Amino acid sequence: MLRPRIIPCLLVHDDGLVKTVKFKDPKYVGDPINAVKIFNEKEADELIVLDIDATVQGREPNFRLIAQFAAECRMPLCYGGGVRTVEQAKRIIGLGVEKVALSAAAVQDPTLISRIAEEVGSQSVVVVLDVKSSLFGKQEVWTHNGRKNTGKSPIEMAKEAERLGAGEIVINSIDRDGQMKGYDLALARKIRDATRLPMSVLGGAGSLQDIGDLIEQCGVVGASAGSFFVFKGQYRAVLISYPTPEQKDALLRAHLPDARKATA
Amino acid sequence: MIKIIDYGLGNILAFQNMYKRLNVAVGLARTVDDLQGATKLILPGVGAFDHAMEQLDRSGMRQRLDELVLGEKLPVIGICVGMQMLADRSDEGQLAGLGWIPGEVRGFKSLGQPDLLLPHMGWNDVSPQPGHRLFNELQSDARFYFLHSFYFECKEASHVAAVSHYGKEFSCAVSAGNIHGVQFHPEKSHHFGAQLLKNFAEL
Repeated sequence: MLRPRIIPCLLVHDDGLVKTVKFKDPKYVGDPINAVKIFNEKEADELIVLDIDATVQGREPNFRLIAQFAAECRMPLCYGGGVRTVEQAKRIIGLGVEKVALSAAAVQDPTLISRIAEEVGSQSVVVVLDVKSSLFGKQEVWTHNGRKNTGKSPIEMAKEAERLGAGEIVINSIDRDGQMKGYDLALARKIRDATRLPMSVLGGAGSLQDIGDLIEQCGVVGASAGSFFVFKGQYRAVLISYPTPEQKDALLRAHLPDARKATA
Repeated sequence: MIKIIDYGLGNILAFQNMYKRLNVAVGLARTVDDLQGATKLILPGVGAFDHAMEQLDRSGMRQRLDELVLGEKLPVIGICVGMQMLADRSDEGQLAGLGWIPGEVRGFKSLGQPDLLLPHMGWNDVSPQPGHRLFNELQSDARFYFLHSFYFECKEASHVAAVSHYGKEFSCAVSAGNIHGVQFHPEKSHHFGAQLLKNFAEL
């Protein structure tokens, strides 16, 4: 049985590991390579690393840091941040990264998705959509760390990414970032219904129950989180954690019909 | 020494790191000369089938690999697209495969299941053939990380070393004598993958 993936998402800012709230106020939480080592030991399903400076500063991905991540990481790795060209994507895959995430550049020029997919294969191309609601409740895709509104609908953008050969969609809710009060399940459901690509959802997870609710809603899905895996307690003390294999199995049995059948 | 065939595709670094932790010496082969002294071979691979075959041809190692694997019977393992390259051909491309294990590579899309999410991405259960040495200590509860849209269809059922289920039951590992292949990524599959790579080293 294919399992839902539980995916820590690490944000890199000034070479340090940070966590934001609604994409703002980055709080330093430690050394990113050290975090990778801890997730290796905990056997995390996958890892997402996003450099939140690269696009905003208009600079290239930090290939030296990516190489360090790739060398240290014993689980599949998805890197995003500042990727604008086919050459950059090829170079990142060449460093030993499984998946390259595109955001701003792909929203501006969606053909970048197909051009990269042709070179590295669809399975390695991830499109990250940062979604924010307007005061009137309309959900739109934002880029540059939530500073630029593209005015595009996440559903239309996800469909377009699928058509152009993306291998995965990551839906990241800006409104829920760092809130730890649950995913935007309605949005996740809409994207799930609109495409047949693997999908991961980021933004809002604060408990295993939140992850369970997402699995209940979307089935075999990637449940990604930042705060949930780096903070502990109401005062948000920094402590990296990840569910044990037993906790993961129990979660699947409780929320995925196929998992219950498999163990029945 | 185990030589990893470095023809510009696949996560060479991840294999090196895994074997370093296992205390097994590995080297890279970028040219025919580098293949000297190889006792076992790893053929990694990612991306499109034709691109992988072209890259391998371009490396100039193709003929020597045929001699080592088919003539001298050196144990070899193909990983992901590296496994698909062992087949005669692939629905994904036009070029012929290595033809080391009789079979063809098919796309999950051709199963005609509109609800099947593609690519097949994530951790899936793997059921090995009982007693298969590549799956020593992985006979129960083994799971590995998959990332692919095409799968290997063996001509001979006896070449199926392990199966997994996605849309249908498919061969996720193949074995014919000294030639092996796995569709999943052992280099990214934590202790399950480490055990499989250790088993290959000990074949």
